[in-house]
Amino acid sequence: MRLGKTALLGAVFALAAGSAHADISDGVLRIGVLNDQSGLYTDLGGPGSVEAAKMAVEDFGGTVNGMPIEIVSADHQNKPDIGSNIVRQWIDVDGVDVIVDVPTSSVALAVQKVTAEKDTAFLMSGPASTRLTNEDCAATGVHYSYDTYALAIGTGKAMVQEGGDTWFFLTADYAFGHSLEQDTSNVVEENGGKVLGVVRHPLSSSDFSSYLLQAQGSGAKVIGLANAGGDTTNSIKQASEFGITQSGQRLAALLMFITDVDALGLDVAQGLTLTTGFYWNMNEETRAFADRFAARMDGQRPTMVQAGVYSAVAHYLKAVAEANDDGGKAAVDQMKKLPINDFFATNGTIRDDGRMVHDMYLAQVKTPAESTGKWDYYNILRTIPGDQAFQPLSESRCPLIKG
Amino acid sequence: MQELLGVPAAVLFGQLLLGLINGSFYALLSLGLAVIFGMLNVINFAHGALYMTGAFVAWMLLNYLGIGYWPALVLVPIAVGALGVLMEKTMLSRLYKLDHLYGLLLTFGLALIIEGLFRNGYGVSGQPYPIPDILSGGYNLGFMFLPIYRGWVIIASLIICFGTWFLVERTRFGAYLRAAVENQQLVRAFGINVPLLMTMAFGFAVALAGVAGVLAAPIYQVSPLMGQQVIIVVFAIVVIGGLGSIMGSIITGLGVGIIEGLTKTFYPEGSAVVVFVLMAIVLVLRPHGLFGRPRT
Repeated sequence: MRLGKTALLGAVFALAAGSAHADISDGVLRIGVLNDQSGLYTDLGGPGSVEAAKMAVEDFGGTVNGMPIEIVSADHQNKPDIGSNIVRQWIDVDGVDVIVDVPTSSVALAVQKVTAEKDTAFLMSGPASTRLTNEDCAATGVHYSYDTYALAIGTGKAMVQEGGDTWFFLTADYAFGHSLEQDTSNVVEENGGKVLGVVRHPLSSSDFSSYLLQAQGSGAKVIGLANAGGDTTNSIKQASEFGITQSGQRLAALLMFITDVDALGLDVAQGLTLTTGFYWNMNEETRAFADRFAARMDGQRPTMVQAGVYSAVAHYLKAVAEANDDGGKAAVDQMKKLPINDFFATNGTIRDDGRMVHDMYLAQVKTPAESTGKWDYYNILRTIPGDQAFQPLSESRCPLIKG
Repeated sequence: MQELLGVPAAVLFGQLLLGLINGSFYALLSLGLAVIFGMLNVINFAHGALYMTGAFVAWMLLNYLGIGYWPALVLVPIAVGALGVLMEKTMLSRLYKLDHLYGLLLTFGLALIIEGLFRNGYGVSGQPYPIPDILSGGYNLGFMFLPIYRGWVIIASLIICFGTWFLVERTRFGAYLRAAVENQQLVRAFGINVPLLMTMAFGFAVALAGVAGVLAAPIYQVSPLMGQQVIIVVFAIVVIGGLGSIMGSIITGLGVGIIEGLTKTFYPEGSAVVVFVLMAIVLVLRPHGLFGRPRT
């Protein structure tokens, strides 16, 4: 696999290197959408995020202050070294002015260093780790759609309050999993619960039965899944196979996208509680966007990552138009001055640590009987107001804040 | 509760059993690879993709034609085996005279194409495939809850593995095959159609991957990624067992499953690499693998 991907990447570089050297001064604004386009996180971001970015550009009119806007995209294969190499190439050679999406926290952390160093805006819709607005924050970075703190506050708190006061974690063994496990543990303990144990599995595992058996043996009331994508769906599927939910333990899918629910089917996924920054079937505006998106994506409804990419790009373009400057810090500073009001966020604001604060939603997966059709999957249980959903600025460990 | 090696005995037994279940998948897949390498001298990189194809064909039969699990268990290997025959006839058979590397590159390319097609068509999140009613549910063994389906997977894989071993090592057909590997000219002189024999051997081995795909479909999501997740481990198993050794790949497959299961208990972070550590150790001590013979 590695051989082929390296070869492909080489070809991509060769093509990219052939294109003209340019930057904004050449009169083109280039947007680089970087994400997983072949691995386990493809469906939640991937080509859908690229499409969402295109929609934002088209809706903006295709030009900013008279300059054309171009979109490039690439596959980072969930590898930090590949991701940061592509970003360097994009910025140094191809004149890319803003990096968008970048799920997989380990890759986003690597990219954040590069974009900070090269004064390029970085709009993060895909990654989840709160490190991106704490220790590793940057003046050029905006963490947009959600983060592990919000997921923990939503799902973690709700489950402890319902009596799930002992936890065992199944954690994906990299930056995102660790961050989600840490933030959720904090929430569980603050609310009087207890963490009985943790097992950390390699990213993109296929067999979870062994870990689930350990979780079962721990006797914890809640098994917290601090993983994502295919790892989460396989965990849930195998938990039902091994009779874990039937025997009284509950699963907390701490990060679950609507594409994961679709992949599992409602028979298996019904009743799960989850936290999301966006649900397509909430109101007229969200439905209108989702319908347009679905028409371009074979009927798939947007995940919160993809909807967030649209919103972030739209807001960025507005800021660049007003500031008439596409330098990373200049553009992000302007983004921070403007409130965000679109189908994705109401009165969203970007704080000095780079966190975009907006309402999150606690949702429960419908039963097959409740669902009226494909993609009609969630009951929204409650709205978590932005000021409660995200880590307070006073607790931020971001050096930009401490001054 | 009694403890062994610092974990409750019950947990340990549970992990051993789970290891055996995964091991039987490994055995089934590495067996196909061993047959192909042993008989055709081809390192079949497309094996994982064909395993994934097997799972997808089962899913398609169910979703488009309403054909369930049991007929799929027969139909899928035939369909995937036929695909294998087509691959062998049109492409691989032209490469036998060349270096191994050409076969490897060809099958690697085919794997990328097959995976790409499924990825474009169905995305990566995977499709659900239900466990057949008669095999759903499970038994409480006291030390663990054993889903009936997983028990069935062990039994089915072991039957297929030992059936294959018997076919190759103990029947006339197998004797022809092995003789053809040793000396094609001589076997041809006896009036045996060697190219046909090769095609059949490849088709059969690929059908084994197809069966494994059907068996895997209800456990894992039917996803274009399922092949690449397992193929590298299976290659390591074939190397550890000794390239081309059939019994070697069966025993090593089961053994690696168990070792992996134990690693998941004692040091979960290392479970993805333990098989490669094992491979390195074996290659240093026995370069031909545990059951392999030096090739001339």
